[in-house]
Order: sequence, then C-alpha cells, then structure tokens
Amino acid sequence: MELVFKRPECLIDIPFHFCPGCHHGIAHRLVAEAIDYFKIREKTIGVASVGCSVFMYDYFNVDVLEAPHGRASAVASGVKRARKDRIVFTYQGDGDLAAIGIAEGIHTANRGENITIIFANNGIYGMTGGQMAPTTLLGQKTSTSPYGRDFTSDGYPIRMAEMLATLEGSAFVARVAVNNPANLMKAKRAVRKAFQMQIEEMGFSFVEILLACPTNWGMTALEANRRVEEEMIPYFPLGILKERKMADYL
Amino acid sequence: MNSDRFYYNIIVAGFGGQGVMVIGNLLANAAMIEGKYVTYLPVYGVEMRGGTANCTVVISSQQIGSPVVGKPHAALVMNLPSLIKYEPLILPSGLLFINSSLIEPKETYRKDIEIFSVPVNEIAIDNGSPKLANMVALGAFNQKTKLVQMNSLFVSLEKVLDERYHHLIPSNIKAIEIGAKFVQSLP
Amino acid sequence: MWPFECGEIVENQEPEKILAKGNEAIAMAAMDSRCLLYFGYPITPQNDIPEYLSKHLPALGGEFIQAESEIASINLLLGASATGARAMTSSSSPGISLMQEGISYMAGSELPALIVNISRSGPGLGGISPSQGDYFQATRGGGHGDYRMIVLAPSSVQEMYDLTCLAFNLADKYRNPAMILGDALIGQMKEPLIRRKCAKMDLPVKDWALTGAQGRKPNRLKSLYLQDGELSEHNWKLHQKYEQMKKEEVRFESFFTEDAKLMVAAFGSMARVSKTSVELAREEGMKVGLLRPITLFPYPEKALYDLSQRVKLFLTVELNTGQMVEDVKLSVERDVQVYFYGRPPGSLPSPEEVLEEIRKYYG
Ligand SMILES: Cc1ncc(C[n+]2csc(CCOP(=O)(O)OP(=O)(O)O)c2C)c(N)n1
Ligand code: SF4
Repeated sequence: MELVFKRPECLIDIPFHFCPGCHHGIAHRLVAEAIDYFKIREKTIGVASVGCSVFMYDYFNVDVLEAPHGRASAVASGVKRARKDRIVFTYQGDGDLAAIGIAEGIHTANRGENITIIFANNGIYGMTGGQMAPTTLLGQKTSTSPYGRDFTSDGYPIRMAEMLATLEGSAFVARVAVNNPANLMKAKRAVRKAFQMQIEEMGFSFVEILLACPTNWGMTALEANRRVEEEMIPYFPLGILKERKMADYL
Repeated sequence: MNSDRFYYNIIVAGFGGQGVMVIGNLLANAAMIEGKYVTYLPVYGVEMRGGTANCTVVISSQQIGSPVVGKPHAALVMNLPSLIKYEPLILPSGLLFINSSLIEPKETYRKDIEIFSVPVNEIAIDNGSPKLANMVALGAFNQKTKLVQMNSLFVSLEKVLDERYHHLIPSNIKAIEIGAKFVQSLP
Repeated sequence: MWPFECGEIVENQEPEKILAKGNEAIAMAAMDSRCLLYFGYPITPQNDIPEYLSKHLPALGGEFIQAESEIASINLLLGASATGARAMTSSSSPGISLMQEGISYMAGSELPALIVNISRSGPGLGGISPSQGDYFQATRGGGHGDYRMIVLAPSSVQEMYDLTCLAFNLADKYRNPAMILGDALIGQMKEPLIRRKCAKMDLPVKDWALTGAQGRKPNRLKSLYLQDGELSEHNWKLHQKYEQMKKEEVRFESFFTEDAKLMVAAFGSMARVSKTSVELAREEGMKVGLLRPITLFPYPEKALYDLSQRVKLFLTVELNTGQMVEDVKLSVERDVQVYFYGRPPGSLPSPEEVLEEIRKYYG
C-alpha cells in the first residue's frame, strides 16, 4: 500500500505553524502529493490566499505568489494566461473564496480557466479569530454570530461546490473530507484528478475540502474531527459533482 | 517625574495561556477603582496561539502620557524568554519578580535591581489549583509592592473575568491570598 | 418616527467609570449616538468593534451585517445613510483601501456616515502592528476626485468615545463622511472610560433623505453631473463646505507651548508617547512643547503658523517614514526648521527614544 503520510518532495521540511489538530496541514500534503505524483514541481505556480494558509509560500517547494484577500483566482487566471504551459493552483479559505472573493471565483470558473482551486472550507474565519464565515452552519456560534447563525439576518451556509458545478465553464468539481482514512483516500484521488484535468487542459477544476478548525470551534482535535462527520458532511455532502470527459473545444 | 507625583509602571510577561493579561487587567482595574489614572497595553506575539504575551500597566496620580514603556520600574516574568527580554530593561533599583517554578534564579544577572523569586506554579499546585498560578503571582507581587489594596483586586475580578467564569471568583481570591501569605511568611 | 432616523443621543445609563478597550469605546459611542446600523467585514486589529456590536445591537433593535467584503460594507453604508439613518462601518487598512470608491461616491453624493480605520501596517498585507501609514490615504482623499473627509485622530480611550460621538455630529452637520483614524495601540489599549453624554449640536434636518416621496417632490442623491457647468458648481459647493470646516472645526491639543523653543508635532498614538518625552525633556530643563492635531482634516494649519512666529524648531514624530511632516512644513513660516523622527512598522518607539531625538535637535 502506498503511504499517504510520507513527506512529499515538494513540501519543505519544516513544521507547520497550524494549531494542533488543524486540517490545513493534511490538505497541504494532499496538494503536494499530487504535484509530486505528476512530477510537475518545477512547472507549478501556487497562489496563496489570505487566511491561515497564507504562509503557503513557506511550505511548498514551488513558486508561490501572494494575492490580496479574495482575489487569488483572478491572480491565478492572470498567471495562467501569461504562462499556459505552467500548472497553476490556488489554495483558498472559505472567507477568501466564498465571501470576499466570490465574484472572482465564479467568473474564473465561468471562463473555464484551466487552473485548479483548492477550497479549504472550515466554516469559520480562522486567521482573524473565529468570526462567522459564509459556510458557518445555521445555529453555529462564532464571535460575530454570538447567538448562533440565524438565516433571517445572516443567510444560509453557501454550498460552493454545487454552485460552481452549475456553471458551464467548470470541468471538475468535487467535495471531500480528511477526517478519516477512507475519506482521506478519496480526497487524495480527487485532488490528483483535479491536477490531471489541468494537465490535460480540460478546464477549470475545483476541490472543496472540509477541514476542522479546533481552535476556533472551541474543541479538541478529536471533537472537531467528529464534528466534521456529524455536522458538516450532512450539510456539505461529499462526492464528485461534475466531471467533464472532454474539453469544451473538442 | 515630579516627586509629589505617584507614577509606576510594570511589564507582565509570559507564555500565552499563562494568564499574564489577566494580571495586568486586574492591576489596572484595581488602581482605577482607587482613583488613579491607568493604562493597560497588551502585546501579543506574532504566533497566533501559544506564543509569548505581555502587557504594560502604567499607574499614576496624574494623566498618563505614554502607555508604551521602554524602561519599566518592575517586570513580572513568568517564563525564561520573558526574563531574557525584560531583565536588561528594568530601571536601576527597580524590581524583577520571577516565577522560580520555571526560571532558575541563577539565570538573572543584574546586581543593581531587586530580584524577587516566587515559585508560583508549585504554590498553586500545593494548594490544589494548578491553573491559578497567575493569581498566586499577582497576590505575591502586590504584597511585595503594595501597589493597590488587596480588596480592590478582589472587586476587580468581577469586572475583568468573563461572566462565564464568575463562579471561579472565590477560588481566584483564595489564590491571590495564598500568594500574598507566601510573601508575608518570608523572613 | 422610523427607528433608525437620526436624532438625539440616547440618554446614557449611570455614567460609571469602567476600564474599557479603545475599540469597544467606539462601539459604545456608536450605540450612545443612536447609530444602530453596522456593516463590516472582519479584519485584525479592529474585530472588537463588530464583535461588540453583533452582541449588543440586536437588543436595541439595530441591524448588524457581516458583509461579504469591505466593498459590500461601504455600499451597504452608502444605502443606509441615504435614508437619513446614522450608520457606520469599521475596518483596517487593506479593507479601507477597498472602500475608497464608495467613500468617493459618498462624498460626491454628500452622505454622512462614520468610517473607522484602526489601521495596521502596510503596504499590501503588511502586518498588524500599530502604524500611522494611512495618514495620506485618510487626509488626501484616498479615492478619486476632489473631495475631503473629516478625519479625527483619538489618542486615548476616552477620546475614542468622545470623538466617535463628535464624528457622527460633524458628519450630519456637513453631510460628509467622517473617519476615525486610530491604530492597534489606541484600539487595543484599555483605560478608564466614562460614557458621558456628548455635547448637543444643532443639526440640520435631513430633508434630503430618501424616505419615499410621500407628499413631497422626489429626492435624488447622486454624484453624476453631466449638464454644462453643473459639476463644477457642485465641486465649488463641496469646496465651500471644506472651507467652512477649516474655519469652524479645527481641534488640537497644545501642551507646554508658552515658552517652548522646540515643538514636537504628533497625532494619535505617537502623541501619547511624545507627551511623556516632552515631560522628560522638561525635567532636563529643555523648553519643549507638544502640538497634537485632533482633526487631521481640517488640519490645524493656523495654530502651527501662529506658533512658528515664535518657535523656530519643530520635530514631527510619526509611526511611518514621513507623512504628516509635509503638512507641518506647509503650515509653518519659511524660516522654521522642521525635523522628522519616524519609525516604519515593527517596534514602537519608547518615550526615551523620542527624547533622544529631542536632545539631538534642541541643540
Ligand atoms: C481586504 C481584507 N479584508 C480583511 C482581511 C482580514 N482577513 C484575513 S484572513 C481573513 C479570512 C480568513 O478566513 P478563511 O478565508 O476562511 O481562512 P482560514 O483562516 O479559516 O483558513 C480575513 C477576513 C484582509 N486581510 N484583507
Ligand atoms: S485557527 Fe483554525 S484554521 Fe487556523 S491554524 Fe488554527 S485550527 Fe487551523
């Protein structure tokens, strides 16, 4: 059996700064592993978003560019249009992609940009200290929804994967989780598939990964893992939502 | 500063999670109740969690200019990195209060300041409240410096602690008293 | 009366002295000024403001929206203020950059509202340490077009409260956006605060507000003027307003100016640090004073000019590499030496370090 947790070559060998039990580290490994698998380290350009994953440039042994909060997908589109022979991906939190960057996200997908977005959905603003996110579940208490998220004033949690799958421009859309070995294996396959789509020039690929943020959920790592299973997955169902077999122009 | 004027400043420093901010808040609130001017300035380490934390408290009988202090009258340090950072800054004949549960007193080098060691974690553990080492430190520090009345600290607990923790006020008071008693019992 | 229509200040509770954080003082002042509408997007180091208001506004019947971005926040604010309601947003530097288009539209459409910038260090993502690097952005318009914002720079927790109340009043008086410009030092610091009632101001009736054209001609709020001469007339009208502000609204604090040979000029957090430096300098027998602009627009040009008749040495102290110093230079007599001591973001200068600079130039 293949080891999932061998340190991928394109991850720099330093410890992550993430809190104990945070899933960002696992998601980073999945991306790194896919880059290693396709041996594209030297032709990959990453775009970091603003959130707890902003320090991506410290971990990935590839070229990395920092984008203003929310604009990673537009920045990545710019990179790709200038260098179509490179593999370009963004790694964005839910605040970054589903709130401030939702317009860029939708239009990047709609243009069918041949890039990959890794969407790290932990249902909260991690870096700024636990405010409500567009993906915060109904009733969930955060520092700016002290009485629990209420749809009458805060709206409903947004299902990004479903939304982007409706767009003609998107080629591959999946939602995965990393809370247990079975889900992790599926996540690994999905991330790999997303990069494969880009390599084969099939168009826009998108993988939403459900992540735990034990710190801002006010939970232990184990409790947070359980919450992914019991509360997040029922609202954000896992699976491949869209997989185009042929590129648009064929 | 003018001699008829009361002016004192303290830096409280330690690991995030050691409760140094609560110490600073309580001192500031207590001094405010006693009619003093106060400023409380927190500084968090760059690391989001588990980094170092420190705060500066200024207490004065007159309006306070800078809440930032370059050379404090006293430093209350709860861990070694804080000792290394703040010992050199203390004003001559100032006070260095160290948590000798986590810092060897021999790590200090200044001869021109008073060095006062209290093993606050041990005392807290011995009294069955390991989580209240910060309150032991506060009680001991205040007994040593007599900056504010003990009672003002007790009254301040209600204002400073989040309502969720109000049921813990009696145990906090006890820990402050234990810290103070430890200092009283010193020769 | 519609609940959000602006009006008199809510009667304060028992004005007890409390130990409060600067950011929270702003939130309290907003509520006490009957601003019950808040729109914002999280960003450090000002999150205490939305967190406080998300907790307390519902009980007052107010509205709290965490918008999807600062672009949305400023436009929610534009809409709310067009109804004549008091409303506010708060953010920090990168977020304020995103708001510039909306602020320009608000200035053009003459809409009053409060915008709080608890600034951080830039450029770009920069860092969260205190900085005064947004002075130019705040006082020079920031957005496009020939407009000005009222800019108030508190330097204590009590002033965070008092100037927030004042900012709402000035915004209403002039039909113009007003900004509170602070930084992490003033925002995160705690000091005693008394929620005392803000001085009453005679404010014009908001007959321009969009409330539905019932029994009156429809109101229009806009910034587009295409008819011949219309736009220049509009710009002159705005200019008149800014001139009136310069005449009536300048506020500053002066400290030990009477016999000063050297004047320190500093605002906000750096004025606090400099004040102690001035005291230390006085103890050493140096005749040093401090001028602290409270309004950054309108700027205390005249106060500086008058002082410069007598004082020929100025030292501007800022938490940046030199912004307000330009306004000091523009204000004083030609024969005055204006020195500058600044710090890029990172560590805060201590009073002793500023004193060192004073000694250097005092001669
Ligand atoms: C224009 C702008 N607004 C706000 C911020 C503050 N900010 C930094 S990260 C962040 C959101 C973090 O949440 P998310 O994207 O979900 O990532 P996470 O930290 O949870 O991984 C925000 C609002 C900013 N940097 N720039
Ligand atoms: S705050 Fe949450 S998302 Fe950020 S590193 Fe910690 S656990 Fe991870």
